[in-house]
Amino acid sequence: MSTSAAGRTSTAGRTSTAGSTSTAGSTSTAGNTSTAGNTSAARLRYVLRIADLSLVLGQRLGEWVGHAPALEEDLGLANIALDLLGQARLLLAYGAELEGRGRSEDDLAFLRAPDEYLNPTLVEQPNGDFAQTIVRQVLIDAFQLALFEGLATSRDERLAGVAGKAVKETRYHLRYSADWLIRLGDGTEESHTRAQAALERLWPHTRELFEEDALDSDMAAAGIAPRLADLRAGWSAEIGRILAEATLQRPAERYHRWAGKRGEHGEHLGYLLAEMQWMQRTYPGARW
Amino acid sequence: MDAEQADWPLFEVFVRARAGLDHKHVGSLHASDARMALDHARDLYTRREEGVSIWVVRSSEITASDPSEADAFFEPARDKVYRHPTFYDIPPEVKTL
Repeated sequence: MSTSAAGRTSTAGRTSTAGSTSTAGSTSTAGNTSTAGNTSAARLRYVLRIADLSLVLGQRLGEWVGHAPALEEDLGLANIALDLLGQARLLLAYGAELEGRGRSEDDLAFLRAPDEYLNPTLVEQPNGDFAQTIVRQVLIDAFQLALFEGLATSRDERLAGVAGKAVKETRYHLRYSADWLIRLGDGTEESHTRAQAALERLWPHTRELFEEDALDSDMAAAGIAPRLADLRAGWSAEIGRILAEATLQRPAERYHRWAGKRGEHGEHLGYLLAEMQWMQRTYPGARW
Repeated sequence: MDAEQADWPLFEVFVRARAGLDHKHVGSLHASDARMALDHARDLYTRREEGVSIWVVRSSEITASDPSEADAFFEPARDKVYRHPTFYDIPPEVKTL
């Protein structure tokens, strides 16, 4: 139960982090709303949340290359992984500029410690069987689509630019993953059982996606990001439609302790990063 | 891969490179149905901007001419040059045809 212990200890850390980012935000919520999202440290933290979601999920999907159930799916998953990597690159390059310490997108991608990655824990969950990969993908694609649609009108032009491009990519990702989930859920008894089991396992990780903390509120108040609460209804309806067609049951809401977007991760991210960062850490600055 | 090929039928893929051009046969792939075949075709054959439109058709739905009948099918056209529109006098007013 070391995971929950870690969760406990960092509850204290969580409040202090939130405190430091929202010092500007809490005063500004009352009056001037535009200053909140304008500290570049806060903006960087927010950008990392979106960037790391794409980066970590892309890395996970990349693990399927050479192992997918069919050659056609191998390429399909790799294409999605590359879309996600492209999003991560643009966002991390922007993040590096916001940070202003001369670090590059590669430094941010490959040389941070696990608790500095701010992706939701859903995307770091292992691929498992094909059903688990597809369930994870549907849950996150629907979220990303809503998020990017919201960000496309962001007051931050860089974010709006990335989101405008990413919306089109993500629409296809959701078509791909939803089609597959419907096939698996409404397929054989075996595929239905596996899809439902994956859904039960991953569902608790979806709550974090819509839990707004001080940073999310500040970004929304400054017109930089959509309100997470506003995205929830659309996401829930879309997921409900897909699950119904897939003849899958929506799992009950359960207690969860995940807070990847505050840097609190489970055991899986460390292994993923060890593999992802190995090359950069073994041969620093290596070039092709 | 054998199990997949047993389960998933073969589809032929046709891609239109640009508006105004014909769809051209580009290859084939396996998929469980036409919708999945479109997704696979998109991922396999248009990932480098090769197309603006895709057709897929079950390979088994294509009726092909029999190579052993090629003589009967195609030979008779060989000595009928008059079927090519090359026997007209083109009026001098027509610059290009």
